Amino acid sequence: MAIGCAISMVAQRNPLYSAISLIGVFISLACLYVTLSAPFIAAVQVIVYAGAIMVLVVFVIMLLNVDQAERPPRRLRSLIPIAVGLAAVLFAEAVFIIFFVQASPATPAHNISNVGLTASIGTGLFTGYLLPFEITSILLLMAIVGAMSLARRGGLIQPQANRNETETSNQR
Amino acid sequence: MEMEDLKQVVFLLIGIIVAFTVVMTMVAYTVLAERRVLGFIQGRLGPNRVGYGGFLQPFADLLKFILKEDIVPDKSTRFVYFLAPVIATTAALMTIVVYPFGPEIHLPVLGTIHLVIARFDVALLYVLGVTSVGVYGIALAGWSSNNKYSLMGGLRSSAQMISYELALGLALIGVILQSGTLDLYSIVEQQAGHLGISGWNLFWVQPLGFLIYLIAAIAETNRVPFDLPEAETELVAGFHTEYSAMKFALFFLAEYVNMFTVSMLATTLFLGGWNGPFVHELPWLGVFYFFGKVILFLFLYIWLRGTLPRFRFDQLMSFGWKFLVPLAIINIVLTATLQWSPLFDYVSKFLKTSAGWLG
Repeated sequence: MAIGCAISMVAQRNPLYSAISLIGVFISLACLYVTLSAPFIAAVQVIVYAGAIMVLVVFVIMLLNVDQAERPPRRLRSLIPIAVGLAAVLFAEAVFIIFFVQASPATPAHNISNVGLTASIGTGLFTGYLLPFEITSILLLMAIVGAMSLARRGGLIQPQANRNETETSNQR
Repeated sequence: MEMEDLKQVVFLLIGIIVAFTVVMTMVAYTVLAERRVLGFIQGRLGPNRVGYGGFLQPFADLLKFILKEDIVPDKSTRFVYFLAPVIATTAALMTIVVYPFGPEIHLPVLGTIHLVIARFDVALLYVLGVTSVGVYGIALAGWSSNNKYSLMGGLRSSAQMISYELALGLALIGVILQSGTLDLYSIVEQQAGHLGISGWNLFWVQPLGFLIYLIAAIAETNRVPFDLPEAETELVAGFHTEYSAMKFALFFLAEYVNMFTVSMLATTLFLGGWNGPFVHELPWLGVFYFFGKVILFLFLYIWLRGTLPRFRFDQLMSFGWKFLVPLAIINIVLTATLQWSPLFDYVSKFLKTSAGWLG
């Protein structure tokens, strides 16, 4: 199902159908995570990816109203040989991995014990991986602040007259 | 062993069918109860013609919905148009599998069963995830109706839902800090106190968390006082303008099932789930306690609907982001800080461990 959704996502012309297929891909990935006995990661995948990021993408598609009739599909026949070549490379890679790569022995088995995946992720995040965790938090904060400041009609520094106007319009 | 697996699968199927039937019946009667209770609040009787006191009204409504003419707008994207109510309803119904309806029941032939359909470690996160997916039903419905007002109504409603999901999740972190587990069954078990009441999370740990959760949950399910996206159907249009008959019934159903599941989550996390007096001697009493508390919440919802005016959309958004989210974060910090103090531990143990002399 994941592969079907992924192919549909690339092949659809209407961007909203692509977004829905991408949601399907994320949910299928979450199901795959569950079969690999990582339920925490599956739930977090659904909450973060399918529940938040894709909602943002769907909002953007809806508000920008990209209409499929406005863009006639151009075939670009000159690129077909390159596409065939790359597809052959992809196929060869898939065959190689399926038939020639042995499964790696013994993923760390102590994680599957009665501690539970959530607890081990939590302890790992706050002890061994603390620095990347804090840096990621600051990165997300920067992204939020950057998005808000970009949305405030033209950047950070505004002349005095403009600032009065934007303040009164934001207070509505 | 094969017999064991078969037994488990049969139990799961029976559990799903029973829970689904019970939930759908209760939701149908919630609609009736809402109309009657609203009627009483507003000084009139509700529908009481069909059957004695109106209790056959849901069947009349169902018949009406099935027999209505099914209108599909001409220029809507058909696949998404049909998909949207399905997503909304499925997401609403998927959460009922993780709620514990009662304690362990010893059946004479079949052994001991836990009254929960699926018990896994990350049940609370699963509920949050499925609620997040339910937002798509509304957003896609607004889009696929090919109607500017629908689109705006749908987007407003989705924006409201994702904002209050944040406050909801943060309010739940306090409970998780207190219980130390995401498994709903264990959270309920930890709330058994003296007489089955004193251990409830509402009393000891989380009065503030409970309030935040309640407000965020009412906003999540698009109910008054946060129902501007719906009330727009009375004024101009909303995300389910172009839906008629059965598809509208699905949206309607999805909203009430959402209300129901959110009430179930509130009773599980804050009101002690199936705990109550004498519940360990008579395990079936737990089921009654559970549904009694859920009905209490539903009554609260209906009561609020009859009493409060609704928020304007910008008031709603600023309330969610500027007031509830900081308050929820303060709640988390407070809970985490209090857990360090020995007085807290002492009172917790006093309230939460059952003495064994009653219940």
